[in-house]
Amino acid sequence: MSKKKIGSMSPDEADATTISAIEQVANEIYVDIGRERAPQLVSPQRSLKNVRPFRKRIGFLELGDKIKTRTLSVNTVKTFAQSLKMMGLSKELVQTNDFATKRDAYYQSKNWGTAAFKDQPESDAVMDDIEAMMSRYGLGREHLRYVPDEHGGSVAGALKVHDRDLETGEPEIIDCTRFGSGAYSIPSWVEHLNFETEAEFILCVETAGMFQRLQSHKFWRKRNCILVSLGGVPSRACRRFVRRLSEQADIPVYAFVDCDPYGFANIYRSLKVGSGNAAHVNHLFCVPKARFLGVTPDDIKRYKLPTHPLKDIDIKRANDALKNDPFFQAHPKWQKAIDQLLEMGVRAEQQALARWGLNYVMEEYLPEKLANPTAFLP
Amino acid sequence: MSQESLDLFSAPASEKPAETEPEAPAPEGEDAAAADAAADEPDAAPKARKKPERRADARSMAKGQRAISISEFFTKNRHLLGFDNPSKALLTAVREAVDNSLDAAEEAGILPDITVRIRRVEGSSDRYELMVRDLGPGIIRRQIGKIFGKLLYGSKFHRLKQSRGQQGIGISAAGMYAQITTGRDLVVISKTGPRRPAHRLVMRIDTKRNEPKTSSEEEIDWAYDHGTEITMVMTASYKGGKHGVAEFLRQTALSNPHANIVFEPPNGEAIVYPRQVHELPVEPVEIQPHPHGVELGILMRMLSETKQRNLTEFMRHEFCRVSSRVAEEIIEGTSKKVPDRSRSQMLRRSPKAMGRREAEALFRVIQDTKLMAPPTNCLSPIGPEAMVKGLFSLFDPGEVDEDEFFVTSETRPPSVYRGNPFQVEVGIVHGKGLPGDTSAEVFRFANRVPLQYQFGACAVTRAVTGLNWRQYHLQQPRGGLPIGPMVVAVHIASGWVPYTSESKEAIAHYPEILDELKLALQVCARRLSKHIKRKKRAASELKKRAYINTYVSPIAEALIDILSLPEGEDKNIEEHLANIITETRGGELKV
Repeated sequence: MSKKKIGSMSPDEADATTISAIEQVANEIYVDIGRERAPQLVSPQRSLKNVRPFRKRIGFLELGDKIKTRTLSVNTVKTFAQSLKMMGLSKELVQTNDFATKRDAYYQSKNWGTAAFKDQPESDAVMDDIEAMMSRYGLGREHLRYVPDEHGGSVAGALKVHDRDLETGEPEIIDCTRFGSGAYSIPSWVEHLNFETEAEFILCVETAGMFQRLQSHKFWRKRNCILVSLGGVPSRACRRFVRRLSEQADIPVYAFVDCDPYGFANIYRSLKVGSGNAAHVNHLFCVPKARFLGVTPDDIKRYKLPTHPLKDIDIKRANDALKNDPFFQAHPKWQKAIDQLLEMGVRAEQQALARWGLNYVMEEYLPEKLANPTAFLP
Repeated sequence: MSQESLDLFSAPASEKPAETEPEAPAPEGEDAAAADAAADEPDAAPKARKKPERRADARSMAKGQRAISISEFFTKNRHLLGFDNPSKALLTAVREAVDNSLDAAEEAGILPDITVRIRRVEGSSDRYELMVRDLGPGIIRRQIGKIFGKLLYGSKFHRLKQSRGQQGIGISAAGMYAQITTGRDLVVISKTGPRRPAHRLVMRIDTKRNEPKTSSEEEIDWAYDHGTEITMVMTASYKGGKHGVAEFLRQTALSNPHANIVFEPPNGEAIVYPRQVHELPVEPVEIQPHPHGVELGILMRMLSETKQRNLTEFMRHEFCRVSSRVAEEIIEGTSKKVPDRSRSQMLRRSPKAMGRREAEALFRVIQDTKLMAPPTNCLSPIGPEAMVKGLFSLFDPGEVDEDEFFVTSETRPPSVYRGNPFQVEVGIVHGKGLPGDTSAEVFRFANRVPLQYQFGACAVTRAVTGLNWRQYHLQQPRGGLPIGPMVVAVHIASGWVPYTSESKEAIAHYPEILDELKLALQVCARRLSKHIKRKKRAASELKKRAYINTYVSPIAEALIDILSLPEGEDKNIEEHLANIITETRGGELKV
């Protein structure tokens, strides 16, 4: 089962894969026990050291081959028990088409007797372990029906989302043009969604304020696009949503964020290639089609944007990106841009465009930019 | 000026004990004094000061100058001998009497049998009657008075041989203390053999003349074949605890497992410490001083007191480890340092004729000469087996759980500090029956005598606290004693134990002694740590098993759920699992 295929599987296929993966792991353990051989839990090493150099062809930060095995012993017996119980719960969730948040799972453990978790950090750690273990089968936590508690982000524009009623199984179609001044909220679990759209691109916006402006003035109608509010560093659900949408609709994704190291290295980089820390699931959460629309250091000059000086943490972050981040190391254009920003010693927010009028962004900036997408940073 | 300095001299002179009567100072002495005074510039400096009025002359002062008896001296300085307060006085008296009894019995080749009885004198709150009876060789009639009624009388001071008492002031000082505080006479009974009469003497010490004074004497029937019994009444206070008599006897039983000791305390039942070992310790042999252990003053005294006619004979016969070749080598070296004496003159020189300068030259050459270490047969260690038996005797056999109990001991080979042979022994008991959450108890012994005071000043304490016990799996606060249910017993045997003071309460910090202590402690601690580790492992094994069982069934449960296994399979899985986990190595539980 290759990792690439998973992303494009139907929800039912994905569920079947999940169940067979859980059964496979459990069966290996069962066989070992029967032979009185110490069973092992195998997961990839989840450290930056095990992240491969970035390859454009792959499109995301991928994990190396180093693996971590946890052999059953006195000191691992508790984790072993908890991991297996957690996998059992996962299988049950898939079979009943239900889901659980991390907090839910923690409370569920309270009827596991001695294997119950003492606190949520303990259950979170085991969940991370299982996710890593299952990533070998191309699965993410969401496939195991463990969903994050975080808010998924908002969507508006030329898009119809095909969902289904979890209780009845009835299809539900959500028209994202009909939210008035509000927006469609991305659920924490998006694997089962399908999309219907004629839009030409997806515009991911960093701040809720900018998203609100574009939505209220129906920018998507003028430019036939889909607006996504990232809300800072995008959540897993948001990234997965954009990824699946961009693949199904086969349209480009443009990121519109602040011009500062945080916007580049944390928000954009996470959206496009995933993060170093969660490299074992990056293949699911990256958006390789994403391109950086702005705000670029060039824009600051060209649009004479009001700026703030770079803070120490900004400079540290920028240097870190240049020195240690495989993504930026693979892109000379990005290195140039970051160098340029460091040289200017300033940063600018996307809302700084309001200097030329509140709607300047829609009337001048975005149209000018969108006229030449090939100039976007990779 | 010179008058003033003499004035200063005369004051301490009257307090100095054993000095000959300073009639008129000897001519050289006066010169020396004057020279000293001149050298002492501070006295001469304030010239502008008004000349002091003359208050007395040498003649009138001479009237106030007279010899003082030793007894008188110690009456005023009794704290030097351990009679500073009522409770310590009682302990010191017991200690001196018991030490004497043990020494006498061993010397006579008799297994010691000692009874100590303390009773409160009726109608008084601070008077106690102390009785110590040993079934030793006894004392012949003629000597009884001198032994108990004359200070600094004894056989032990003059020789280099391991024995308990050293100065010979002990027991008579105890008698004197009793006499001073209560005015009551001592009663001594002694018998030297089954068919000999037992003498009972009532006596006191003439403190001015340092002489015994017998007030009555009779022959009595005594229930024992031989032995000595002394009874005295003294102002005292009976205390328990670390500094008490009971603790002294308990520790004495430990360091003398060949002795049978009975203690009848003023309150409560008699305590018996039965003999653990039925052989006498090896009798230490008396040796002559080793040249390296002799200080200049002592060397000069030896030179003037010797019966040897020439220096060669003197070196050969008054010291150990000096052959005629070595003696000649030393004397030849000395002759080179003394300008006008040839080698042959020096070899034939009369020791008595040696001047201070010559003696000093001899002393220096001796220090620089390589010599064989002194013989060590003057030492009598407790020995590892006897030490272990002694340590066992600290506990009721009933309350000792063999598995939880650990005892070890180490006797180091003899070593030498400043020409004095010594030997270190360490024993450690660890386990049940001892309080676990407090500092270890440290017992210190010098020539088998427990040391109960001045714990902090003792080399033993320094060695015990200086060891890193954490390395041996014991807790230890920084620079403190190890914590745990244990007793550390340390014995130093030597012909001349270097105490820090006259009251013989702490051992001086000689580097050689500290090194030996450390080595012995390390050996014992290493063995102890093995035992502790083994115990810990056993405990963790139990914990491990319980822990495994807790998590085995959830694993089975989960596997059955996921794989839809048949119901009975859980027993099977659990059994296999327990086997697997128990067998995994490196399974120290870190929970």
